[in-house]
Amino acid sequence: MAASTPTLAAPRSPRRARRPNTELYSWVFMRASGALLLILIFVHLFTNLVSGGGVSAIDFGFVAGKWAKPVWQVWDLLILWLAMIHGANGLRTIINDYATRTGTRLTLMGLLAVAFAVVVVLGTLVIFTFSPCPPGAPADLLPSFCTAG
Amino acid sequence: MTATATSPDTSAAEVPTFDVTLRIRRFDPDAKAPVPYWQEFTVTAHGTDRVLDAMHKVKWELDGSLTFRRSCAHGVCGSDAMRINGVNRLACKTLLKDLAPHKPIVIEPIKGLTVVKDLVVDMDPFFASFREVMPFLITSGNTPSRERLQSPEQRARFDDTTKCILCAACTTSCPVFWTDGQYFGPAAIVNAHRFIFDSRDEGATQRLEVLNDSEGVWRCRTTFNCTDACPRGIEVTKAIAEVKRAMITRAI
Repeated sequence: MAASTPTLAAPRSPRRARRPNTELYSWVFMRASGALLLILIFVHLFTNLVSGGGVSAIDFGFVAGKWAKPVWQVWDLLILWLAMIHGANGLRTIINDYATRTGTRLTLMGLLAVAFAVVVVLGTLVIFTFSPCPPGAPADLLPSFCTAG
Repeated sequence: MTATATSPDTSAAEVPTFDVTLRIRRFDPDAKAPVPYWQEFTVTAHGTDRVLDAMHKVKWELDGSLTFRRSCAHGVCGSDAMRINGVNRLACKTLLKDLAPHKPIVIEPIKGLTVVKDLVVDMDPFFASFREVMPFLITSGNTPSRERLQSPEQRARFDDTTKCILCAACTTSCPVFWTDGQYFGPAAIVNAHRFIFDSRDEGATQRLEVLNDSEGVWRCRTTFNCTDACPRGIEVTKAIAEVKRAMITRAI
């Protein structure tokens, strides 16, 4: 009689397929973007409110002058995108935690997605298509580099 | 008279007694209209008594229908976790004198699990999560003919989480668990931690895979309710964070 051991399936074969790392990456993103936003926002606040002329120096010319420099375009774009993804992801978690009914959850998620898309698209458009020297505007309101004619 | 003056009195002073009111959340599923209600009982307790002693007095002397779980009554079996004055504790480890006994002591069933009767809740979802993390040794190859040796340092790595008595005080103190019963809960993660960080165990990957879920460790919001609630003093939130970290180092 052949003494062969019958091969049995492992009793602990996984019930579900390998899970995607979505929640893991979302968790890591929240920590990384949070730390980065701290730097981005406090530098933004310092340059706008403290350095130079301080709060009283903020006018159209100041903002237009900032957005004429690529470094501030990228800076503000980073703040916009990171803050929006960070905030939307946080709200997504809160909705998942507290909205138990599928209808409520889907409605809230839809509203969140629309709000996210509107703000991000609008904000990005403004940063890149902003015109610092609109024609016909009084020269004293414009940044110094405008050759208003 | 002269004896007492020369030698100090060694007889124990009588333990002081006081009246204490228990305000208990009750629910009778067999009543005509099964709705939860509050009921107050006043019993005389000793200064050294625990909440469980006062509840025994109620059950044994005032109302035999009062229903609650308890087995060992000494903080080891984990049967009598309940919400006492709004905090999850073991009734057998909570002294009455520590609870401001001049005011009524509010006792409720632990939150987030279905109440079966009075303070007894349905623990099945809790133990289902526990089973899902496979709380047993997983190895490969042939069983060795002697003990699986481990250094004291390797043992110390997961020592904290071996203390769990599965009383459910942590899981039912978690606000995420209250609103989402699908969440594994701190207790299941603590017991997964106990094996994930055990040098003799080889099932860490499987367990991390189970907990790498939207209902797994990522549901944890680090509110620290579980750490505060644990009657064994396990640093539950820290254990959950270590499991998260293990997952991140594995993925990246």
